[in-house]
Amino acid sequence: MQTARIRPAAYYRTLTRNLVLFVVVISLLPLFLTGAIILHQFKQAYQTKVEENLEVLLNKHRRTIDAFLIDRLADIRVLARSYTVPELQDPAFLKAKLGLLREEYNGVYVDLGLVDAKGAQVAYAGPYNLAGANYSTAQWFRQASKSEHFVSNVFAGLRGSPHFIVAAKKRYQGRDWLLKATIDFESFNALVENIRIGETGFAFILNRQSEFQTKPRQEVILASGAWRQLLQEPLDPGRVTIVERPDSLGQAMIYAAAPLKKGQWIICAQQEVSDAFVHLVQAQRAAIAIFVIGGLLIVVATLILARRLVRRIAEADEQKESMNEKMIEAGRLASIGELAAGIAHEINNPVAIMVEEAGWIEDLMSDEGPMSEETLSEIQRAVQQIQEQGERCKQITHKLLSFARKTDPTIKPVDINGLVGEVLGLVGQKSRYAGVKLTTALDKDLPRVAASPSELQQVLLNLVNNAVDAISSEGGTVKVTTSLENGAVRMSVSDTGIGIADANLARIFDPFYTTKPVGQGTGLGLSICYGIINKLGGEITVTSAKGKGSTFTVILPARQDSNPATTGAPRAGQA
Amino acid sequence: MVLVNPSVLLVDDEVPFVETMAKRLAKRDLTVEKAFSGQQALEKLHGGGPSRIDVVILDVKMPGMDGLETLAAIKARHPNVEVIMLTGHATVESAIEGMKGGAYDYLMKPCEMDLLMAKVGEAVAKKRAHEAKILDARVRVHALRRES
Repeated sequence: MQTARIRPAAYYRTLTRNLVLFVVVISLLPLFLTGAIILHQFKQAYQTKVEENLEVLLNKHRRTIDAFLIDRLADIRVLARSYTVPELQDPAFLKAKLGLLREEYNGVYVDLGLVDAKGAQVAYAGPYNLAGANYSTAQWFRQASKSEHFVSNVFAGLRGSPHFIVAAKKRYQGRDWLLKATIDFESFNALVENIRIGETGFAFILNRQSEFQTKPRQEVILASGAWRQLLQEPLDPGRVTIVERPDSLGQAMIYAAAPLKKGQWIICAQQEVSDAFVHLVQAQRAAIAIFVIGGLLIVVATLILARRLVRRIAEADEQKESMNEKMIEAGRLASIGELAAGIAHEINNPVAIMVEEAGWIEDLMSDEGPMSEETLSEIQRAVQQIQEQGERCKQITHKLLSFARKTDPTIKPVDINGLVGEVLGLVGQKSRYAGVKLTTALDKDLPRVAASPSELQQVLLNLVNNAVDAISSEGGTVKVTTSLENGAVRMSVSDTGIGIADANLARIFDPFYTTKPVGQGTGLGLSICYGIINKLGGEITVTSAKGKGSTFTVILPARQDSNPATTGAPRAGQA
Repeated sequence: MVLVNPSVLLVDDEVPFVETMAKRLAKRDLTVEKAFSGQQALEKLHGGGPSRIDVVILDVKMPGMDGLETLAAIKARHPNVEVIMLTGHATVESAIEGMKGGAYDYLMKPCEMDLLMAKVGEAVAKKRAHEAKILDARVRVHALRRES
């Protein structure tokens, strides 16, 4: 309890922690929010851009492939319409035409053939020996017979290698013929295979039955996952449908699909998200790195600063504490100074009496002749008087010394009533000359309070001194009351003096504030009282009426284990 | 020149001081009157007639009516009575105030008896001289009236 005024180390630890938390949260929150919002916006913008790019790419290739197929069909239709069946039945003629086509289109065409209505190939030019082959049961033939022109799916057919057929119907002398050309799969495949999207993206073409029309660069599982879902739904013919989902391995992928060849085929593309969003991921990583490093720097800097700041605060607290002690000491000395005048006079009176008595003895002894009985008893009386006055001096000096001893801030159980007696004894002479009557109303069962006796004595002395000073030359009364109220010890000093103006009442506990003439008051007394009582966890209040007097009230918490002051010695270590 | 024993009034609130001091002054052939407050001193002065008390030895610091107030009252009613102020260290200022208010002199308490006696003697001499002058003046005024 002795160091109740010194703040514990835990207080400074909490202060440091709160400071660090506060600054870190305040500085990281905006950083984090800004980063998150910007990243989010960037991600959305980037996603839109990626999807747009994909759409543009797929649309472009869709048009290219559609154009390719239409061109090939157009070639065959031109051929079919330009020549008569007898001409086309001539293998040499066909061979010449095939040569022409292969020359013009870089070997896209594999062969040419003329098929009659029954599905027999009546003429053929090409690398395979397919003259006279019968297609009457082939699916493509049945489909092709129903329309004017036809582009087949990719199939292996009789030759056993993937290809597809472009066919155009020709009516000649009342019979239907089909001029058919086979398109080299490899050259068609190259159209799609060359579509590269980023590092990992690729494209392929499916037909309505989800059969590959081109060879995908990587294995693609159509039976499950995103593709299955995507292919089940009817695709919007004018648009590219894009979905983003993780694949079977958990890798996030972008899937895109768009119909072509009048909805018979679907051009598909897929790409790893991490590849598509590579710049976004880079930006994200950079942002996170900046956030983490910046955050660490902020935390470290805050820690260092907070520690430094708190150390300064602790130092300042210590300094303030020692300043407080010095100020209390200064106030005590000032109070003693104020008392000194009264005390000097008080001591001077018995001294004067002693001097006179001694002089009287001297007078008596200087008489000539033998000493009479009367003279002897007079000398005895004088000596007695000197002793009495000496005793009086001793009491005065003891009173003064009890106050003038060094301030001891040690907290002890203090008997307030005893303190009142001591202080009133000290002020007695001064008040007598000032015509002030001192009265008390003390609660005999008052519990002790935990306080520094010398500090509390100073508080009471200041209050009583002020009360006496407040009373004008006509005289008045100062009353000290002690009581126990709501478990707290209440001590009040009332005077019938001049009172305090409302304007001064607010500033009355301010240091260096005084209404006394220069040289008579330091303005420290009440501010020191306030400091002392505050430190003890009590409160000091004032009420005043101008011209009627003032009452200062001190309320101090009673000790928890307190007994009435009249019983028992103070117990060590329980304060 | 001193025909009658000088008469002093000793005023202080400290009873033992007054008692002993009175004995010592009496031993030195002074007629001593005692008072223990300002009020009492005034009563003694008024009661005894103006000529009986020559010098008042007056303590400055007393409860109730203090030395300065008493001095003012004495000088108002009995201007011829001389007053010697007795002060403690802290009240020298008031002693000076007293001198301004017509006190003859002041002494610090506790004081040397010889010094006090000397001051009393001077004060009495001054008072007697002053009274003699007043008497002379009266005689002269009387003579002039007769002549005219």
